[in-house]
Amino acid sequence: MAREDTFPHAREHLAGLTDEQLEARFWSLTQEIVDPLVELARTNTSPSIERSVLMRMGIDSVTCMAVVSECEKRGLLGHGAGHVVLHCAQTWGVDAPAAAARLAAGEGWDTVGAKWGGAR
Amino acid sequence: MTYRQSAPLDPNAKLDIAALLEDLEHYRPRRKGWHWREPVADQRLFEFEYKQTSKGVKNSVPLPAAHYFDNIDPQPECVITTEIASGRPEDDIRRMRMAAWHGADHMMVIRTAGQSHIEGLLEGTPEGTGGIAVTRKQLRFTRKALDLIEDEVGRPINFHSYVSGVSGPEMAVMFAEEGVNGAHQDPQYNVLYRNINMYRSFVDAAVAKRVMASAGIVQIDGAHNANATAVKAWKVMPELLVQHAINCAFSVSVGMPKSDIALSTVPPDATPAPCMRMDLPYAVALRDLFGEYKMRAQQNTRYMESCGREATVSHVMNLMISRLTSADIQSTITPDEGRNVPWHYNSVHAVNTAKQSLVGMDGLGEIVKIDRENPAFKARVREIKERAVLFLEAMVADGGYFAGVEDAYFVDSGEYPETNDDGIKRHADGGVAVGTIVERASDYLAPVCHHFGVNHLPAGTEKACDAIGGCTLCDAEKVPFIDELDPSDSANARMAETADFRAKGLIKPEVQWAGDGYVVVAMFLPASERVAEAAALEIGRAMNLACPEVIHKQVMHPAEGTLIELKGRLDTAIDPATLVIPEPAEVLSDEEIREFVAERGLKCVAATVGMDEHSVGMYEIIDIKHGGLEKWGFVCEHLGTSIPVEKLLDAAIEHAAQVVLISTIITHGRMHRRNMEKLADLAVEKGVRDKLLLIAGGTQVTDEHARSWGMDAGFGRKTKGIDVASFIVKNMRERGM
Repeated sequence: MAREDTFPHAREHLAGLTDEQLEARFWSLTQEIVDPLVELARTNTSPSIERSVLMRMGIDSVTCMAVVSECEKRGLLGHGAGHVVLHCAQTWGVDAPAAAARLAAGEGWDTVGAKWGGAR
Repeated sequence: MTYRQSAPLDPNAKLDIAALLEDLEHYRPRRKGWHWREPVADQRLFEFEYKQTSKGVKNSVPLPAAHYFDNIDPQPECVITTEIASGRPEDDIRRMRMAAWHGADHMMVIRTAGQSHIEGLLEGTPEGTGGIAVTRKQLRFTRKALDLIEDEVGRPINFHSYVSGVSGPEMAVMFAEEGVNGAHQDPQYNVLYRNINMYRSFVDAAVAKRVMASAGIVQIDGAHNANATAVKAWKVMPELLVQHAINCAFSVSVGMPKSDIALSTVPPDATPAPCMRMDLPYAVALRDLFGEYKMRAQQNTRYMESCGREATVSHVMNLMISRLTSADIQSTITPDEGRNVPWHYNSVHAVNTAKQSLVGMDGLGEIVKIDRENPAFKARVREIKERAVLFLEAMVADGGYFAGVEDAYFVDSGEYPETNDDGIKRHADGGVAVGTIVERASDYLAPVCHHFGVNHLPAGTEKACDAIGGCTLCDAEKVPFIDELDPSDSANARMAETADFRAKGLIKPEVQWAGDGYVVVAMFLPASERVAEAAALEIGRAMNLACPEVIHKQVMHPAEGTLIELKGRLDTAIDPATLVIPEPAEVLSDEEIREFVAERGLKCVAATVGMDEHSVGMYEIIDIKHGGLEKWGFVCEHLGTSIPVEKLLDAAIEHAAQVVLISTIITHGRMHRRNMEKLADLAVEKGVRDKLLLIAGGTQVTDEHARSWGMDAGFGRKTKGIDVASFIVKNMRERGM
């Protein structure tokens, strides 16, 4: 919606604020806007986040891509792709990169299914 | 296997790119985190005291006029950025070395077009467009080169790229692992300018920021893009404050320290607007509100045309705003960014524009202050803040950030609360990667450090990565390395194409890539703009330039003529072995000259000849204060300016001088040549030619010309007294005088 510059009367409620009060209001409004964004981020994940978790587990980018894509297809991202790889690594007695390499090759997903079902 | 340390750089040898590309598998960054310059209070250099400079560097190229000032190269106290965007890592590092020698300590590598929309990481060294494919190999190769370059200049160099797009968290992890020191990260940039889904952008950003914080990576936001995109940049100020605030508050909320958060701030306007008066209140309002954060002062690109002079003047005005307010990082924009992808020497020019201006305005704030009590100024500062608060209030009332973006709040051409309904509109259920965020389940687990958000680590876990025996952020040995995925598109493949040229050390003009062959020709054509452009292209072809292209045209007068700058490719390579290069004349020692002059009681007569009133150059050569001939005992008779050669020669005879010095400018009427010839002829006529040394000097004088016109020597720009004194002694010895 187009609107003329209403500043002269739109500002009336701010006119009585000191500079410090105005600046405090600027930051409290900003925090009010940011809080739900932070909460969204705290409680959600994404394919890139899950790949970044696998990267931190010592897994190369090509393998990260394959494993997370498959987790996404199988509806497992919400449990954490790192969780999936960790579970396999512990079950198979290998390290995380080795477990991820097997999963990327399409192997061992039955281990995953046994824990989380075939959820899609 | 352990990493093999490279040998230090030799300032007289080029970077060994092939060697730098080797053994990257084992390379690890030697430090993490940002480096701020180390300020030196009241630093004394040559005869001056500086108020805003930092620790000096070991090797550098000072400003062109520095030779008058004992070659000092004062380094401002703020970090200076250069943008590097050649698209080829093997050429980027060469430019970084040049920029570092001129004073840049922040190398900002632009990414290839489209990388922000690629899910996952790229690998290897493929060629990019308008920037580089940022990959692990490229980062290691560059950081390895920067280690050597920072040792060469003697100051740590910050390496920087982008943690934006749909792979931000992965980029952040890779940057943390590879010791990248700074990065752009701002989810609003994704949303507004890359049309990446807004939920995805913020969810990703939180993890990316937390990881960046773990490695001390300094963050720069993306607010300057609103300025670059705005229809009327002078209307966008309230919104800029809002964008900065959202990214700052979000970053702090997810764990980034304020001291690592920098605002990318640009003076929004440019001439012919009275831009400094318009932009200063904004700069002050910003610094009032964001005093706890760092300021990365960017230069204006919104109003940048193809005129390098205009761009440079705009940037100097921007730098004055930095000096009158503050800047922690002074970013630079190359003066050719309005024409093409920045070229080597324009990156260096931009760095020098910053260095020169910051040093020139050193300590200016102590005596020139913004009058904050000026009623109009004060009111405007307050107004900008109030408009920003109104913007925030409305966004809260409308349902928050996402609702605001859906309602096209941002980059509207009105100054809020004025709106023209032409802002950038994005939908919460639209954009790239829509529908890709997933709620974390009650058993969500990420067994790694520096992860943001819900993470159900097993009870009793001390460190998040214990379950895997350490993550890559704790144990660098765990970081995997992929060399190349497509060896046909790699630095090595490109190097092979130019191997012949490199091996022979052939010289070809270059603007961004080794051997690209580009040259620029500037010409004034006495024709109207369109005719001049067409004529220039023909002239370029006649000069044997391939692909000639007009990169700048400027009307001098609609009918009288046009300035044209034309670029074209010249496919000629010079073998340096075939060049005949005269050896520079060696100077003699002070004692040797002094002894020779004393034995013979040498005298000079000197004058500026013709109708010319310049005398500075002559004083530089003869005056003892300037290290001139008097220093070694020469008795110098300076006759003054506009002296006829007859009078000069008579004076030489009268004083029994052995040396005649003339100073001359180059004139259209070739008077300089006639004066030299006349002096030589007269000396012959009067029978004194073999008793005299005739020496001509001037900024445009060359030794070759002066000799051909009858002089014994000619001296041009940058000549010092020692050069002339050494010549006199050597020449008199040769002639047995």
